[in-house]
Amino acid sequence: MSPSEKYTAAAYLVVFVGVLAYVLIIAAKLQRLQREVADILERVRERDRG
Amino acid sequence: MKAIRLPQLAAAATVALGVSIALIFFYAPIDGDQGLSQKIFYFHVPIALTAYACFAWGAWKALLHLWKRPEGADLESYVAIHMGVIFGSLTLLTGSIWAKISWGVWWAWSDNQLVLFLVLFLFYCAYFMLRYSVDPGPARANMCAVYALFGVVLIPVSFLAIRLSRSFIHPVVFTSHGPQMTGSQFFVFCVALVGMLTLFAALYQIELAGKRLDAHLRELRELLA
Repeated sequence: MSPSEKYTAAAYLVVFVGVLAYVLIIAAKLQRLQREVADILERVRERDRG
Repeated sequence: MKAIRLPQLAAAATVALGVSIALIFFYAPIDGDQGLSQKIFYFHVPIALTAYACFAWGAWKALLHLWKRPEGADLESYVAIHMGVIFGSLTLLTGSIWAKISWGVWWAWSDNQLVLFLVLFLFYCAYFMLRYSVDPGPARANMCAVYALFGVVLIPVSFLAIRLSRSFIHPVVFTSHGPQMTGSQFFVFCVALVGMLTLFAALYQIELAGKRLDAHLRELRELLA
């Protein structure tokens, strides 16, 4: 692989990893929100039962 | 106007970026001067232009917040600036890699456009310091809106710096005589730009939906307490 090819691949990899990292952060956030919704739902059910 | 749905936007971004990558590597000609590394241009410049668009959109929402005070304009301005900082980071990273292969250095302090872009980027990084050092409320929203509006002035300065500079090493592609590239190169560049702008629109909507959901959940929790 020539230096030109290496640097071009690196530049595109940086963009790909950047977007992937963002998707991972969003996935983690979505999971936290899912847990919070489940927690609130549980509290509402408990309140209705009580 | 009917709002575009998030899945459609995400699908459009995926298709546009996929097509642009295929065009960059299989259709765009290899530059006689720079060789394969010139292909960094097709992502680097659209990412930089998208960062400018993010900051400009953030400033527009900030202006709307100060002017007409619609609900959610402050949050929309914040999310756009957040996206601008992400695209700005990618601009600096891809630009550094391109500089290393083209000029032999990772960074050139003598280049006005690079330095002004860094100033713009750091200015908007400081926006987060301001936002998180003040308690949430109307005062914070107003302060952040004024700050976002000040930053937008740096965009034309950053864009025009290269054209006003007498000595530079940064290439000038868009001059008063039009784009300095072949028709096929310009076509690929336009597809990549559409891809990046669509990616911004999709990520902006995702981030905004997450923030709104977060706020609604906080409100629900307070109501249940």
